[in-house]
Amino acid sequence: MAGSVVRKPSVAATVLIGACAAFVATFVLMPFVVVFAQAFGGGIAAMRTLFVQGEAMHAMGLTAIITIAALAVNASVGLLIAWTLSKYRFHGKALLSAIVDLPLSVSPVVAGLAILLAFGSRSPLGIWFAAHGVKLVFALPALVMATVFVTFPFIAREVAAVMDEQGRQLEEAALTLGARLPSVFWRVTLPNVRFALLNGMILCGARAMGEFGAVSVVSGKIRGQTETIPLYIEALYNEYNVSGAFAMALVLVIATVAAIALRIALARRYAHQ
Amino acid sequence: MAQAVLRRGAPNVIPGFTPSLALSLCAVGCIVLLPIAAVILTMSGITGAQLWHLAASSRAIDSYRVTFGSALIAAAIDTVVGLAIAWVLVRYRFPGRRVLDLAIDIPFALPTAVAGIALATLYNDRGWLGAPAAAHGIHVAFTQLGIVVAMVFVGLPFAVRTVASVLSELPHELDEAAETLGSRQPNTFLRVTLPLLAPAMLVGFSMALARGIGEYGSIIFIAGNLPHRTEITAILIITRLEEYDYQGATALAAVMLAASFVLILIINVLQRRVRWPGL
Repeated sequence: MAGSVVRKPSVAATVLIGACAAFVATFVLMPFVVVFAQAFGGGIAAMRTLFVQGEAMHAMGLTAIITIAALAVNASVGLLIAWTLSKYRFHGKALLSAIVDLPLSVSPVVAGLAILLAFGSRSPLGIWFAAHGVKLVFALPALVMATVFVTFPFIAREVAAVMDEQGRQLEEAALTLGARLPSVFWRVTLPNVRFALLNGMILCGARAMGEFGAVSVVSGKIRGQTETIPLYIEALYNEYNVSGAFAMALVLVIATVAAIALRIALARRYAHQ
Repeated sequence: MAQAVLRRGAPNVIPGFTPSLALSLCAVGCIVLLPIAAVILTMSGITGAQLWHLAASSRAIDSYRVTFGSALIAAAIDTVVGLAIAWVLVRYRFPGRRVLDLAIDIPFALPTAVAGIALATLYNDRGWLGAPAAAHGIHVAFTQLGIVVAMVFVGLPFAVRTVASVLSELPHELDEAAETLGSRQPNTFLRVTLPLLAPAMLVGFSMALARGIGEYGSIIFIAGNLPHRTEITAILIITRLEEYDYQGATALAAVMLAASFVLILIINVLQRRVRWPGL
């Protein structure tokens, strides 16, 4: 086990460690620290006036709704795809798996544009929905769709990796003993992947809350209507309300740090798996 | 049924294959493929000459130069620094190691808009890091250097994590064996360890590159967004959309999509089980 073989740092190694630490402190840690310094720079009173404003409350509410919707869609679809990828053999499995990963390497702006072109007022789908009185783009549906697209891979791949490792024997045994397929899924498969599912949901949720590029394209940025927390941060910053922007940013950062803490706690609790 | 179970390795003992696959394809189709298809369909509605005019205008070409050029530089920096950090994290135990390990994931954890305003505040000419740099005549914010700095930030965890996961599984006996046989340490590293890490480094490089090319939120605030000079392609797409020039935006998006597909292909060829690191 290589991980346990550890060298006592020599002089050269100490220099290398120092250089790495200095690089990370300057380029990675500083941007994190500056968020806190700037958020509290305007004073607690300034923060309070920001948060009692309707716009801040609305942005937080909208982000919460979008995040919950994206979690619901991606958790159910992710479980389904992970099940298909890990419990059956078929041609084109690698292709399906690559398509699931696709949103990870597509620019969020391109993702937003794609949603706009597929569901916008000029697309057949957009026209059909508009005729039935439903506005998709520059409204909540497109905000959810853009977020679902961007966060799509997280749950599916976390769950698929664990389902794959566990193989098919348990399901096969349950089926041999006469269990029906739905109960095999609910009572055998799902309990075994609940840690991976939770883990994927934390990743998905953290990413969904902070999604900016894709949401920015499809939102139309209607203030007080389609303005999520990241879009509100942009608006405040562009109005030179820097401390306000960082106060909103702090809300997101605290939520993400909580997500990381949850992930670490989960990893400890399920360490035996 | 018992027979079916006994035939180990037989395809699809578990029933429900057809509905599972059909539903999965339907979901992937609606969520991922339909939007991508809309981009390709819109593009096919543009004539060749028009497409060339839109995707190869001098402003577009300059945006590719800024985007791909900065992303290549940033990914190269991330790969070199990432190797050093991965090496330090895996091979040594030292005070503060846990903090360093956690700090690597900050770019994953910081939402891009937050990273964007933080970097812009840090590197403007009066910022904590921008002021000392400006005193030496180096301006980071609103220059291409600012774009590179932002891309280095978002790409670093990919470079570190891909190499670290391979390095931690590398049998330590290998370099010990080489040293027993008389190889000196730098030689061992160059001729034994580095070749084994090269594929992971290339994957990390490609992932950092993909992330850099597509990045938007961390860059818009620190880049000057000046056409021809500090305007990345993602921002030009947004500009075209704000002008309701959907075809112009689509032509640019097609170029970026093509770059993503090539990078995915490279990553998938290099790594059988692709694991994109995250948070």
